[in-house]
Amino acid sequence: MIEVRNVTKSFGDLTVLHNISALFEAGKTNLIIGQSGSGKTVLMKSVIGIHQVDEGQILYDGRDIAKMTKKEVAILRREVGMLFQGSALFDSMTVEENVRFPLEMFSDKSKEEWDERVNFCLNRVGLSHAAKLFPSEISGGMQKRAAIARAIVLEPTYLFCDEPNSGLDPKTSLTIDQLIHEITVENNITTIVNTHDMNSVMEIGDKVIFIHKGYKGWEGDKDSIFESGNQDLEDLVFASNLYKKVKKYHNLK
Amino acid sequence: MNLFEHVGRYSRLMAGVFTKPQRWGILWKQYKAEIEKQGLQSILITVIISIFIGSAITMQMVLNTENPMLPKYVTGLTTRETLLLEFSSTILCLILAGKVGSNIASEIGTMRITEQIDALKIMGVNAENYLILPKILGFVSIVPVLVIFSMFFGLLGGYIIATTGVISPSQYVMGIQYAFNPYYVTYSIIKSLFFAFIIASISSYYGYYAYGGALEVGKASTNAVVKSSIFILLFNVILTDLLLV
Ligand SMILES: Nc1ncnc2c1ncn2[C@@H]1O[C@H](COP(=O)(O)OP(=O)(O)OP(=O)(O)O)[C@@H](O)[C@H]1O
Ligand SMILES: [Mg+2]
Repeated sequence: MIEVRNVTKSFGDLTVLHNISALFEAGKTNLIIGQSGSGKTVLMKSVIGIHQVDEGQILYDGRDIAKMTKKEVAILRREVGMLFQGSALFDSMTVEENVRFPLEMFSDKSKEEWDERVNFCLNRVGLSHAAKLFPSEISGGMQKRAAIARAIVLEPTYLFCDEPNSGLDPKTSLTIDQLIHEITVENNITTIVNTHDMNSVMEIGDKVIFIHKGYKGWEGDKDSIFESGNQDLEDLVFASNLYKKVKKYHNLK
Repeated sequence: MNLFEHVGRYSRLMAGVFTKPQRWGILWKQYKAEIEKQGLQSILITVIISIFIGSAITMQMVLNTENPMLPKYVTGLTTRETLLLEFSSTILCLILAGKVGSNIASEIGTMRITEQIDALKIMGVNAENYLILPKILGFVSIVPVLVIFSMFFGLLGGYIIATTGVISPSQYVMGIQYAFNPYYVTYSIIKSLFFAFIIASISSYYGYYAYGGALEVGKASTNAVVKSSIFILLFNVILTDLLLV
């Protein structure tokens, strides 16, 4: 569980996040949604600690990251997995080596146990057949899978995904979303996903935080999103004709 | 950014680079890969350039020392001094700055703009140390080998020219042995160690702070080559003053 308490973040004169509070629960996919430029990525990077917040607190299961010693931060890093927007696989390494890398760097277990874990993770994301290929030799969807495998190899407690669907077709997006969701539930991970893809919201939005112009506009789950009564959220959700039709149908019922 | 900001940021980067590696085994693996990439793959170009420059220098020396007052071995002697003192360290490293420097800057720059460096940091890896230390260590330790190769093949190039008849090979061989001062080799190697450090660290610096897209990676590698070359030339003067004069 990650708790964000009254966080404010600005760059120079520009205040990007205004007094945001949110609770991201374990075993759930917590979505941060909002228009482009609303502050989603800044919020995520603030939670991870890449950006330092001006005000407020960020608590990882009660541990305040601002008060951690260097050593404690290093330990926390090992509990965090992250899926980057562009996958960020190491392109000098094969898929398998990418997944093995965090183990080589941080795990004290034996080589056999590493192999086992790597195989398990590759299998879990359905990439066993592509283990020996380089990132440049596989498709965007497979790269995302490989990145997921790398992110979970150290069995993280917290998983961050920045726009996991960017650049993927709707069907592949869906499988990636489902994979993230399943892994979250299976391992009771606190997962935070940044997205503006309404398909993702409807598919895996256990908990949705809506950010609008740096303020928290709404909070709820995927089922209550249609009854939010929040105009800005409705504008985002019903931006496409498809959803406008869905809404019409919904209202008629 | 002005010069002072660059110096400050470069120093901070180097402070991060020269820390204890998180895993010695990984450093060793990376180090061997760098030796291969920066060193062994530069041998061929070193050999080719050195043979050709060695022959050109010999021909020029034949022309410039065409004087009945001067003994015939002067050609070999002056060729040797030119190669040992200047070509096989400074000029060779300027050439390698183009090859190795742009390679390092574009490799690290690409990792930066594709978030691979962020990925390392989120994992808790000391990215500076992990990426840059093996490059610096690898290139610094392989460069003396390249210098020795360059000296040998440069002299060989001169010999090849001598066999074509511009000067008798035996006089050439006598010339390259005459009044040989081994310290010149040491001097060249010491210089090359500094130059290798300059190339690897400055190029890493420009790659590491690349920001934006593919265009910026290109700029970073141009900057890496230009700035490394300037510092090589500068340090060449300083080191010569300290070591020889
Ligand atoms: N490092 C930074 N320095 C200054 N301003 C920044 C920085 N990072 C983000 N911003 C600003 O903060 C605002 C929010 O940006 P952010 O990247 O969080 O948007 P986003 O919601 O993730 O958008 P998108 O969906 O397009 O990724 C933008 O106005 C952006 O210009
Ligand atoms: Mg974003």
